[in-house]
Amino acid sequence: MRPALSVLLLTTLIGAGQGLFLALFTVQSYALLGLLPRTEESVFLGAGSAIALALLVAGLVASFFHLGRPERAWRSAGQWRTSWLSREVIVLPAFMGVVALYGLAHGFALNPLLTTLPQGLAIDASVVLGMLGTLLAFALFVCTAMIYACLRFLAEWHSPLTLVNYILLGGASGFTLAAGLAGLAAPRLVAFLAGWAIVITVLAAIGRLASLWRNARLKPLSTIQSAIGIKHPKVVQKSQGFMGGSFNTQEFFHGTSAGRLRAVKHAFVVLTFVVPVVLLLAGRDLASAPLLLAAFIVQYAGLLAERWFFFAQANHPQNIYYQAVS
Amino acid sequence: MSRVQLALVIDLNVCVGCHACVTSCKEWNTAGAAGPLSDLDPYGADPHGTFLNRVQTFEVGEFPHTQTVHFPKSCLHCEDPPCVPVCPTGASYKRESDGIVLVDYDKCIGCKYCAWACPYGARELDANQKVMKKCTLCVDRIYDTTMAEADRKPACVLACPTSARIFGDIHDPHSDASCAIHENGGYALMPEWATQPANHYLPRRTTRIRIHQDELVRADNPLRVEGHLPKPAEGASTLDDATTW
Repeated sequence: MRPALSVLLLTTLIGAGQGLFLALFTVQSYALLGLLPRTEESVFLGAGSAIALALLVAGLVASFFHLGRPERAWRSAGQWRTSWLSREVIVLPAFMGVVALYGLAHGFALNPLLTTLPQGLAIDASVVLGMLGTLLAFALFVCTAMIYACLRFLAEWHSPLTLVNYILLGGASGFTLAAGLAGLAAPRLVAFLAGWAIVITVLAAIGRLASLWRNARLKPLSTIQSAIGIKHPKVVQKSQGFMGGSFNTQEFFHGTSAGRLRAVKHAFVVLTFVVPVVLLLAGRDLASAPLLLAAFIVQYAGLLAERWFFFAQANHPQNIYYQAVS
Repeated sequence: MSRVQLALVIDLNVCVGCHACVTSCKEWNTAGAAGPLSDLDPYGADPHGTFLNRVQTFEVGEFPHTQTVHFPKSCLHCEDPPCVPVCPTGASYKRESDGIVLVDYDKCIGCKYCAWACPYGARELDANQKVMKKCTLCVDRIYDTTMAEADRKPACVLACPTSARIFGDIHDPHSDASCAIHENGGYALMPEWATQPANHYLPRRTTRIRIHQDELVRADNPLRVEGHLPKPAEGASTLDDATTW
């Protein structure tokens, strides 16, 4: 498949936004349960929510550049019964709304106490919004990943690992960004968030390497024999029927060499997993905001390469029909 | 499953690869109410075109025992079309009444997801209109009662000089299309994806004529001579006068 910049930006930006929100609510939950020292972190949570929202908006804007007729985008919410793309179109704005309310609740102290549980846990509006947002964040990960994983013809995507990796990669970048923001605004949270960022990045590395291992061993189900229905061991295309360009020869071929593909693979493994873990460890021990922010920037660049590779590696069966110009 | 399933049956045994179906398809579908099938830079160095039908050429076998197979390819109007459920707007749909898979060009947002979901590469994004286009089985011809009955067929079928394209309802067991499939080993493309394509292809077949010696010489010729039959005299009665056969 040909990687489209708009989709690379969409999936990586909203993934980081979802991860950042999950990191913020993790901080609040730990504090609520007394596992983190209870401090006044409202400003940090409010500002963090604003940044998460900005990432989500940026992703949404990027997605419009993928459409041929963006003015009709509103129609895409219609087929949620069958289409994961339609479900994503519904869940994304819902999640953005909850993140906005969560940010307002913290940033502007619009946070009325709703009830107090028997154990003495104070449940205020932000807790309810946080739980709702967590649900929607995971729902959005599922929708985004299933857009790819549900296509059974694309064997590289048609795997539970696609779902696992979207969740873990988005989570890793979000927690890494949260650690960087904590380095700037809430130093007492740096060790906690950087620790989680390292754990999730390592888990994401395991998941992504597992999918690389799996995809390297895939055997295509469709062959030139099944494509034209002629059961002879030697069938060669002599002409695809036209000598100019077409949608089929552009959309489904990445158009780069095997060497560059391999180089991107190695680059994304180093940039998404190895370098950020080293920077996070150093940033945590030195409590250095620049190192932690550098970890996020490097990881985000790595994720762009990862997503590029995710698309380029997917081998569409229609390509069998477009092997020779003449 | 729709009651009627219109489809094309394409006979690879007689297709000569002339591209008449390609050009007639382009001609009809670029001139319709839905707007042109756009070409970019058509006479330039790097043309880019939108077509609903392509003819490809494959070589089967090892030289010198090779056959050239011309292979027309368009939307197969699958009975379980994977491109339809993924469409976020409902622009892609399969008609209940006749099984044709269509795109509503006014609802399509050009997200290309349906093309990703089609294993056959049957959909092409119009380069200018930015909406997804595909074979309509000439839905704007086949029901047009202002046309002569014989013309109410897809443009590609009418253009084919070797009758390699048979159009009909494959759910009607007595239609020409169904008979062609059943009698000639018609098959579907990429059966591994269980999309149940409605379009079928007829395989290459070897045609042999077995001639017996006694068929070369007329056994009932009383003179045992070919070409010199008794000729009744001018005005004499012949067998035709005596019997109505």
